[in-house]
Amino acid sequence: MSPTSKSTSPLLTVENLTVDFLSDESPVRAVNAVSFDVSRGETLVILGESGSGKSVSTSAVMDLIDQPPGDIVSGRISFDGAPIGNLRGEPRRLINGQKIAMIFQDPLAYLNPVYTVGRQIVEIFACHGVASGKEARERSIELLRRVGIPEPDTRIDQYPHQFSGGQRQRVMIAMAIALKPDLLIADEPTTALDVSVQAQILDLLRDLQNETGMALILITHDLEVAASMADRVIVMNRGEIVEAGVARDVFTSPRHAYTKKLISALPHGDTAEGGNRRSTIPSGETVLKVENLTKEYLFSQGLFGKKQSFRAVNDVNFEIRKGETLGIVGESGSGKSSVARMLLRLTEPTAGRAIFAGEDIFSMNQARLLAFRRKVQMVFQDPYGSMNPRMSVHAIISEPWAIHGDILPQARWKDRVVELLELVGLNPEHVDRYPHQFSGGQRQRIAIARALASEPDLIICDEAVSALDVSIQAQIIDLLADLRTRLGLSYIFITHDLPIVRHFADRIVVMKQGEIVEDGSTSAIFANPVHPYTQSLLEATPVPKWMAVRAPRPTGRARDALTL
Amino acid sequence: MLSYIGRRASHSIISVLGLLALVFFLTRLTGDPSSLFLPLDSTLEARQAFARLHGFDQPIHWQFLNYLRDLVSLDFGQSVRQNRSAMEIALEAFPQTLKLAFVAMALAIALAIVAGSIAATRPGGFFDRIVSLVSLTGASAPDFWIAIVGILVFAVSFDLLPTSGTGSLAHWIMPVFVLALRPFGLLVQVVRGTMLSALSAPYIKTARAKGLRRKEIIFGHALRNSLLPVITVAGDLTAGLVNGAVIVETVFGWPGIGKLMIDAIILRDFAVVQSTILVTATAIFVLNICIDLLYAVLDPRIRY
Repeated sequence: MSPTSKSTSPLLTVENLTVDFLSDESPVRAVNAVSFDVSRGETLVILGESGSGKSVSTSAVMDLIDQPPGDIVSGRISFDGAPIGNLRGEPRRLINGQKIAMIFQDPLAYLNPVYTVGRQIVEIFACHGVASGKEARERSIELLRRVGIPEPDTRIDQYPHQFSGGQRQRVMIAMAIALKPDLLIADEPTTALDVSVQAQILDLLRDLQNETGMALILITHDLEVAASMADRVIVMNRGEIVEAGVARDVFTSPRHAYTKKLISALPHGDTAEGGNRRSTIPSGETVLKVENLTKEYLFSQGLFGKKQSFRAVNDVNFEIRKGETLGIVGESGSGKSSVARMLLRLTEPTAGRAIFAGEDIFSMNQARLLAFRRKVQMVFQDPYGSMNPRMSVHAIISEPWAIHGDILPQARWKDRVVELLELVGLNPEHVDRYPHQFSGGQRQRIAIARALASEPDLIICDEAVSALDVSIQAQIIDLLADLRTRLGLSYIFITHDLPIVRHFADRIVVMKQGEIVEDGSTSAIFANPVHPYTQSLLEATPVPKWMAVRAPRPTGRARDALTL
Repeated sequence: MLSYIGRRASHSIISVLGLLALVFFLTRLTGDPSSLFLPLDSTLEARQAFARLHGFDQPIHWQFLNYLRDLVSLDFGQSVRQNRSAMEIALEAFPQTLKLAFVAMALAIALAIVAGSIAATRPGGFFDRIVSLVSLTGASAPDFWIAIVGILVFAVSFDLLPTSGTGSLAHWIMPVFVLALRPFGLLVQVVRGTMLSALSAPYIKTARAKGLRRKEIIFGHALRNSLLPVITVAGDLTAGLVNGAVIVETVFGWPGIGKLMIDAIILRDFAVVQSTILVTATAIFVLNICIDLLYAVLDPRIRY
C-alpha cells in the first residue's frame, strides 16, 4: 500500500516451487518447479484442469497447505521484496488478510455456517486491530454495499445459507477486500455460479481492481473466464507450467500440445473443428410427451413462519421423438432438475401428465413403474456420488439385470459387461475395479454403461458433464452422440451451460423460474433468441479481454453470428 | 416453535402413559407386597386386611384403572412403607440426583471439550495419545468397580474422603468423579472426532486466509461447528444420569432417585416405583426439548 514500493518489480514472486503430498505409498508430486510472478494492477490467470496443481501453488503463498500431508520440497516465495514462504504465527498474520486475501470456489462451504456474515466480516477488522465495535460494523455494511448486496444494513445480520450463491461470493469478496489487500487470489471464484451471475462477479472483481490497483491472481479451469480476465496466463498440467505468456498470444496461438488440446475442446470455440454432433436421424415417433407438468412445494420460513407454497415447475410442456436430443437449459432454481426427478417418479408432480409409450407415467402402479424405469435411465452430475463405492464395475453395470430378471440370463452377464465397457470406451480388463480407481470422466463412462445395461429408449442426463474438465466434457458428449446414432436413443440433456448443448441438442427448451420461456430448434435459438432471458444467457458468456478493450461490450449475439 | 413444543409434549404424554402401564404391570409381577411388609407368621386375615387397605385384593385391570383415575386427580398413591405420598418421596430424592448429575456432566463436558479440542489439533501427537488412553479407560472401566476401589483407597486406606452419605463438600468428590468418568471418556472421543473434521472444513481455510489467530480459529470457528454431535451424545448421557445413577448412588449411599427406586423395587413399594419413573420420564422429556432448542440456538440452519 505504500506508494514508494510502486516500482516495476513484481509484487509477488514464486520461484521454483515444488510441493509433494505424502500418501501411504510414495509421495505424490502436486507441483513441480513452478515459477510465476504478478505485479500491481495486473491479472495473472492460472489455467488448468482439476489436479493440475493450480490451487496448490497459490495455497503455498498463503501458507494454507497442511504439513503433513503436504510437503514444500523447495521454492522461494517473496512478496514486496521480502521472503514470506516460511512465515508462521504473528508475522504471517501481517500478510494473510491484510496484504494478501483469497476467495474460494464454493462460498457456502467456505463461509462459516453458524455465524452471521456480519460477524465474519467484522472479525477481519477486529483481529487485525483495525476497527472494532460499531465502527467495524459500519465499515462492514459499507463493504457489503460496495460489493452489491441489497439492503446491507439488515442483511448483515443474516447467515450464509440465507443468501443466494452469487451473493455469498460477493460476501466472500467483501471479506477479502476489507483491508484493501495488495494481492487478491481468486480460486475458481465463479465455477459454482450460474453464467449470468458469473459475469456479474467477474465485473465486480474487475471494478475493484481498477479502484484499488491490486494485483489479481485468478485460478480457473474455464477458458472463457480466463480469456476475459487475463493480462498474462500460465497454463498448468500435471503440476507443471506448460505454457506462459501474454493472454492474447496464448489463446490465439497456443504452442504447447496441452494448451492446443484445451482450447480446441471448447464446445463452441472452433466450429469447423468442433463439428456438429446433432442427430442425423429424421424425427421419428414421439417417445415422451409432457403436458402441463407442475410441481408445488410447501415450506415455512423462520422460527414462527407459516406455510407458503412455491411453484418449482409451472405448466411445462414438451415432447421428444425417437433419436432426438432435447436440451433443457436453465440456471439453478429454474426447475430443470425437478422436471427430471418427476419424469422418473423420484418426486411426485402436483399436476400434469407425461405420456411414455401410450401410458401416463404419473398414474403407473408399482409393477408398471418398474418396467418403465427399465426403459428410461438417468445419468447424474456426480458419477462418484451416484455409484456405490463398495461395488465393482461388474456389479454396478450388471445390477439392472439382477433387478429386471428378463433382460439377460446370468450366464451372459460377463460378456455383456465387457461389450458395454468397450462401447463406452473403457478397458474391459477393469471390470473388477472399484469406482474410486477411475478418473471423473471414466466414472461418467461407467455411469453411461450402467444406463445402457437395461437397454433404455430414453436417457436423462442431469448436468452429466458439468463436473468434468473441458477436454473430458467434449469426449463424453462425443460418446453420447455416437451412442445415439448407433442405438437409436433419445436424450433429455439438462444443463446450465447453453454453449455445451449447441452442437449436440436438436431442440432446446429454456427454463426460468419453473417456466419454459423459449423453445425451438437449436440453430434457431442460437441465431435468433427471442426471449430476453435467453439473450442474456448468450450474452453472459465472457468476452476475451483483448477484444473487450477495443469494443467494450460486444453483444453475445453479434459474437455468435461470427462463429455460427 | 411453540407448536413444535406442543407437538413434542403430546407425543411424550403417550409414551409416558405406555411406560407407566408397563411399569404398573411389571412391578405387580414381582410378587405380593404383603409377604414383605407383614411378619412371616401373620395370619391370613391380617394379610387380607393389608391387601384390602391398599387395594391389592382387586383384579389387576381394576387396580390399573383406579391408578389412572387417581393420576388424573394428581394422586400418585401412598408409599406402603413410609405411609405418605409416594410423589412427595420421589420429589424429595430427585433434586439430590439432579445436583449430582449436573455437576458431573458439567465437569465431564468442560474437560472433554478442552481435552478433545487440543487433541484434535495434533492428531497422533503426545497429548492426543494420553487423552485417548485416559478416555478409553474412563469409558470402559465399570463404574461400580471404580467406586468401590475409590472407597477402599481414599476413604478406607488414606481416610481422605468419607465413604458415603451427603453433607460436606468432601462427600461430593468421589460420586462426581466416578459419575463423570464415563461421559468424559465418551465425549472426548466425540469432540476429538468432530473437531478433526471441523478443522479440515473449507471455512477454516477461509479463517486462516483472513489471518485469524490460531486460538480464534480453533475455539471460535471449529469448536462452534462441532458442538452439535457433542450435544446429542451429552444429552443422551445426561438422560442416563438423571434416570438415577443407580449403582453409584447405591455404593455411595447418595439419597437420590436411583437409590430410592432400587429400594422401592426391593420392598415392592409399587406407588413409589411408579412415582420415581414418572418423575424421571418427565425430566428426560424436558431435557430432550431443551437439547432440541439448543440445536436451533447453535445452528441457525435448524428451525422448527
